[in-house]
Amino acid sequence: MSAQAPSRTDLLLAIADDELVVGWRNSEWTGIAPFLEEDVAFSSIAQGEIGHARAFYELAATELGTTADALAFDRRPDEYRCAPLVELRFVPDWARTIARHYLYETADAIRIAGLKESEWDELAGLAAKVEREEVYHLMHAQMWADRLAASTDGRRRFDEAVTELWPYALGLLEGEERERLAETVGREPVDAVERGAHTDELVPLWDEMTMVRRSAPGAEW
Amino acid sequence: MIYEVFRQEREGQPLQHGGSLEAPNAAFAEAYAREFYGRRNESTTLWIIPRDAVAEVEEPYVADVFDRDYRRVDGYSIKVKLKEARERAGALAD
Repeated sequence: MSAQAPSRTDLLLAIADDELVVGWRNSEWTGIAPFLEEDVAFSSIAQGEIGHARAFYELAATELGTTADALAFDRRPDEYRCAPLVELRFVPDWARTIARHYLYETADAIRIAGLKESEWDELAGLAAKVEREEVYHLMHAQMWADRLAASTDGRRRFDEAVTELWPYALGLLEGEERERLAETVGREPVDAVERGAHTDELVPLWDEMTMVRRSAPGAEW
Repeated sequence: MIYEVFRQEREGQPLQHGGSLEAPNAAFAEAYAREFYGRRNESTTLWIIPRDAVAEVEEPYVADVFDRDYRRVDGYSIKVKLKEARERAGALAD
């Protein structure tokens, strides 16, 4: 990574990569969620995130003169700009999955609200569109957080998971938005696990995620 | 808990039973109903009702022990009467 301030496409790629990777991780629950209704709902949220990633990649692709697919699947793992929070693999731990979901969606709502004010009209417009779906993701996350908090065992497991992931969650945002996240979640800001370095879990994820596309380079699908 | 879901396809139409879903409480039921029956804009209204709240009417017919077919439109045929009436009307016109 360069030492200069990130360009607007760098910022866009960070968001797109977050959405793609969190969507990918959430999709790992498809077929194995705790019960059928939740399986459908969580898979749909995963698909929603990947759809948002596509929209952000497309906007970046017009700037960079490439395609959304190339940005999503043809970069090397170290070129991805996603935050470590989204890389972590939690299956079969539902409490940590919901803790990440809750932290991610809460942070994402703050980020999207900021993007809607962007001077880059296309980005502001896209953020407004994405927000209309993200509202339901956040409602789903909040409803699960409440559900887990309603039982002693659930609350303990959820709180432990949120505490563990809290430094990662802060790494999703920059500057003032971190304070807003801390206020919303009701926790003190701590040292964030910053974007830029990747966890060991990204490479296996990337390997699987890009496997089919790499099996036939240059193919038209 | 099982919830029964009723959906209205277009404004002005009656709500019809769409199916049922399982959810731990009403908030979850609402989220799942939206996911299952509203994701493709296929519903303008959704109702969710706990199955326990639905009272089923036992033997949902009124016992009909006497022959009162005449109360029903299918009780007797007007075909023959209609034919006779037409013939009479025709005879009058001549």
